[in-house]
Amino acid sequence: MIIFLLIGFSHLKSDEKNNDLKSKILKNIRCLICQGQSVYDSESEFASSIKLIVDRKINKGLKEKEIYQFLRQRYGDWIIYDPKLEKNTYILWLLPLLLFLFGGAIIYKKIKLNKHNKI
Amino acid sequence: MKNKFSIFVVIIFLSFCFVVFYKGLNNPNTYSPKIKDKKNIPIFKAKNFNSDFYQNSEKIFEEDIFYIVNIWASWCVPCRTEHPLLMKLSKNQSVKLIGLNYKDNLNNAKKFINDFGNPYSQIIIDNDGTLSVEFGAYGVPETFIIDKNKVIIKKFIGPIDKEIVEEIKLIIE
Repeated sequence: MIIFLLIGFSHLKSDEKNNDLKSKILKNIRCLICQGQSVYDSESEFASSIKLIVDRKINKGLKEKEIYQFLRQRYGDWIIYDPKLEKNTYILWLLPLLLFLFGGAIIYKKIKLNKHNKI
Repeated sequence: MKNKFSIFVVIIFLSFCFVVFYKGLNNPNTYSPKIKDKKNIPIFKAKNFNSDFYQNSEKIFEEDIFYIVNIWASWCVPCRTEHPLLMKLSKNQSVKLIGLNYKDNLNNAKKFINDFGNPYSQIIIDNDGTLSVEFGAYGVPETFIIDKNKVIIKKFIGPIDKEIVEEIKLIIE
């Protein structure tokens, strides 16, 4: 009896885990035929098919990265909200950092100049 | 001198922004992502349109010729406009058309084929749309060209027109 209960409990636990993973993945996939919606939020035909596919892949035991890879191969990088750091996305990732450093340098210089003037 | 340099930098920055936004205005609203690799056809098992049998993808694409996979549905209005062109294409001996019936009512789909003709050598059923996702489709209609190595070499989103038919003919001949 206890063994059966434990098996049932572990199944529930893994279902919950799978649902969490499914929601996480679906929220990170762009609905390509909708305006600014994730697949998670969309009720379109495309989104419902993607939801089914993701569900099946999770049940098959595929990992999050493998599911993203599967979708990338079919729809390109655009389908994932979180872009990978690669040749094409260097500017996207590094420009904010460069602007931040550039801004910081200007502010630093201004403060230093002000101090110098006061002295 | 310093002032002039600042003005110069601001002008360059504003010009850059202007060019980026102006170019953006001319871009089409529909986004079609570039897919880097030509990919092999997916391996699948699908239900046949005319019987209850399931077929393997290997069996469907077994011949050493070009294949065209066309995703269609009886409820899809643009599918009706492209259908006569598919009928013409089906007369070409160097290609076989495979129909993928997308999220459709079987009776309506059969009526559609009876009314407008059957350009397909085989029709398979995709009731939940997952097979279309395996192909990398967005919806209906969509057309894929598959070469002799079973690689998807071209995809047309939306209904095909005369220009696309000419392009397809150039590819397969």
